[in-house]
Amino acid sequence: MSTHEFHSAVVAPQGIWWAPTGRQEKTWIAIAFAWCLVLFAMMPFWHFKGGQNPSGIRYRVTPEAYEARVERFVNEYKIGEESGIPIVEPPPGADVYLVGRQWQWYPALKLKKGVQYTLHLSASDVNHGFSLYPVNLNFQVLPGYDYGLRVVPNRAGDFRIICNEFCGIGHHLMVGKVLVVE
Amino acid sequence: MTVESLAQRFRLCPVTGLKVNRDSELLIQANAVVAVVAMLVGALAAIGLVLTRWQAIHLLPADQYYRYLTAHGLNMLIFWVIFFEMAVLYFAGPVVLGCRQPAPKLAWGAFALMVVGAIMVDAMVFTGRADVLFTSYPPLRADPNYYLGVILFAVGALIAVGLFFASLVVAKREKTYTGSVPLVTFGATTAAIIAVITLLHGAAVYIPTWLWSLDIGNIDPQVYRMVWWGLGHSSQQINVAAMVSVWYLLGGLTVGGVVLNEKVSRMAFVLYVLFISMASAHHLLVDPGMGSAWKIWNTSYAMYLAVLASMVHGFTVPAGIETGQRLRGYTGGLFEWLRKAPWSDPGFSGMWLSLVIFGFMGGITGVTLGTEQINIMAHNTLRIPGHFHTTVVGGTTLAFMAVSYYVLPLIFQKRVAFWGMARLQPYVFGGGIVAMAIGMIFMGILGMPRRHWDSSFAGAPFAVELPPAGELVQVLFGVGGLLAATGALMFIAIAVVTVFFGKPVTAEALATGASGIPQGVLKLPAQVHTGEHAERVHREGVKGTVVLVAIFFLCFILYYFTNWKMLSFLWKVG
Repeated sequence: MSTHEFHSAVVAPQGIWWAPTGRQEKTWIAIAFAWCLVLFAMMPFWHFKGGQNPSGIRYRVTPEAYEARVERFVNEYKIGEESGIPIVEPPPGADVYLVGRQWQWYPALKLKKGVQYTLHLSASDVNHGFSLYPVNLNFQVLPGYDYGLRVVPNRAGDFRIICNEFCGIGHHLMVGKVLVVE
Repeated sequence: MTVESLAQRFRLCPVTGLKVNRDSELLIQANAVVAVVAMLVGALAAIGLVLTRWQAIHLLPADQYYRYLTAHGLNMLIFWVIFFEMAVLYFAGPVVLGCRQPAPKLAWGAFALMVVGAIMVDAMVFTGRADVLFTSYPPLRADPNYYLGVILFAVGALIAVGLFFASLVVAKREKTYTGSVPLVTFGATTAAIIAVITLLHGAAVYIPTWLWSLDIGNIDPQVYRMVWWGLGHSSQQINVAAMVSVWYLLGGLTVGGVVLNEKVSRMAFVLYVLFISMASAHHLLVDPGMGSAWKIWNTSYAMYLAVLASMVHGFTVPAGIETGQRLRGYTGGLFEWLRKAPWSDPGFSGMWLSLVIFGFMGGITGVTLGTEQINIMAHNTLRIPGHFHTTVVGGTTLAFMAVSYYVLPLIFQKRVAFWGMARLQPYVFGGGIVAMAIGMIFMGILGMPRRHWDSSFAGAPFAVELPPAGELVQVLFGVGGLLAATGALMFIAIAVVTVFFGKPVTAEALATGASGIPQGVLKLPAQVHTGEHAERVHREGVKGTVVLVAIFFLCFILYYFTNWKMLSFLWKVG
């Protein structure tokens, strides 16, 4: 009967080292591989069964054209103003246009709970990060790209939009508002 | 060079029996010293960052906070880690294989390029001409010399990687070893291959960006993010491959850890090369430029085989250590091998903590956050730096610190200074990083953004209220961060004093067991085992490791599905 040879990782293995895998290792590799397939499968699965996906409707858009669209949206549905920022109440199901720019989320939004909106996100200048606080819904916002996400607010409340991508010295001042009512 | 003068450039290491050539040895020393200097810059910046982010103290003004944050990322993640990796390559190639250093003058040229590049970058950052953070996403713009510095550094690194491949050829052709290259060299080779892929992405992104900063051409912000992360993420894969190689190396040096199966370990390394996420989709999961099919495919290539590779090493590394310990006679029960491990040898404790922190925290959080939909509630929150401080800091950096305790006596041939402090250092650093990362992860779960100067949002048009739990985890973050910085400064003090003022490792010091020499250097454990004894240990198997990976797997499942559950409470979005 041949005896087993062990060596460390600094020793150059001699001859043919392509040996059969031990039982314990083989079992672990099989379990790990099965788990990796589960990790993969969960992502397509959630697109069919889950409610939170980053798919969206995505277009290229120039910052100028997007700014103009936001301005039209604000003029159409403006209901007031707070801290110098217009508050806008779009009808249920509407396309909502929000822009991130140094250093402001524009405009503030008033939405209805349980209703679907298409929330468009884009930036005028540099990268920004849309972070709905404290819900913790986060999306990257880029100049030149319109990210249209169909959202359904599931509870009423006074929410904030924090910028969570570094956008310059006034980054921390960039706080927006979303009011959700019953 | 004549044969005699070439022969004089070698010494025989009295501990390991390795033939060490003088050129590689000096290159290892120079790269390691510069790496530690970069760590000092990064650690001092880190103290400023922790004391600012800890809202109760809020030390730095906004401009300096972002400047220090830029400097911290570059000096730690790029300069410390990559200079040290160059040292690892000069060791794993010419030293482990016992060959001469190919083209030593070119190697010094590469080193000089990297140093010049690093100095240029730091000069730009600290003079306020590159307040763009580590990622420098356009249209944010830095001084052209910032991008040029990065390019010079990368070119130098690419040359050094090329010389590592050359050393493989030289050793093979000059027959300095028989059989196949040792596993450590094999692992380092995969790290070097990934480094080439990474550095090509670097060239593809930094050269056009440099030109753009000179007003030549244009940069699309989304394309930049995609190619930049081909650099930014793949470079972390270099770190993983290098760190795992160091785990195997230290397992052997500290307790005579063995390679259970060369085939399995090498296949796992190959998976890293084949399945690194080239476009690094993990960072683009909530970006507008790509669709879901692209995101899902590039996150996983349908099978997550790079994750599988880490899970395989996560078994074979502790199993190799368990077997090594069982071969040394610690055969009792499930865990005698672990209880009787040399916990006061910083080479061992650092390696083991690195393995545990990387696996249990870094790996589990990384895979979870890199899931397309779960990323919606984590992207750019403090959960992200919480995650990567347990991979690249608690994992890679701690492994590199641990191996330094063997590099100092074996390559610098100096006894480690402040030996009592050195024994404690991995615990202080590892413990600090764990506490800090847990603090960051919970702050992120509460919605706190990363890379943000003011958690009180003072002066913003709408007030932001933080939950009281936020205050509590901030304290955990702050105390952990300061503890980790203390651990880093302890390491730096030990390394610098050892290199410049350390007592030499003499035959007498080795014989008498003088302090400052880790036990694996005093008496190297057997590296090869055969015979009846080995056969018996082989039959016993690795019961302890089986229990450890079972616990790991349960934690993984629990964390992963808890996150899906949390996700289901969010607003519907799609």
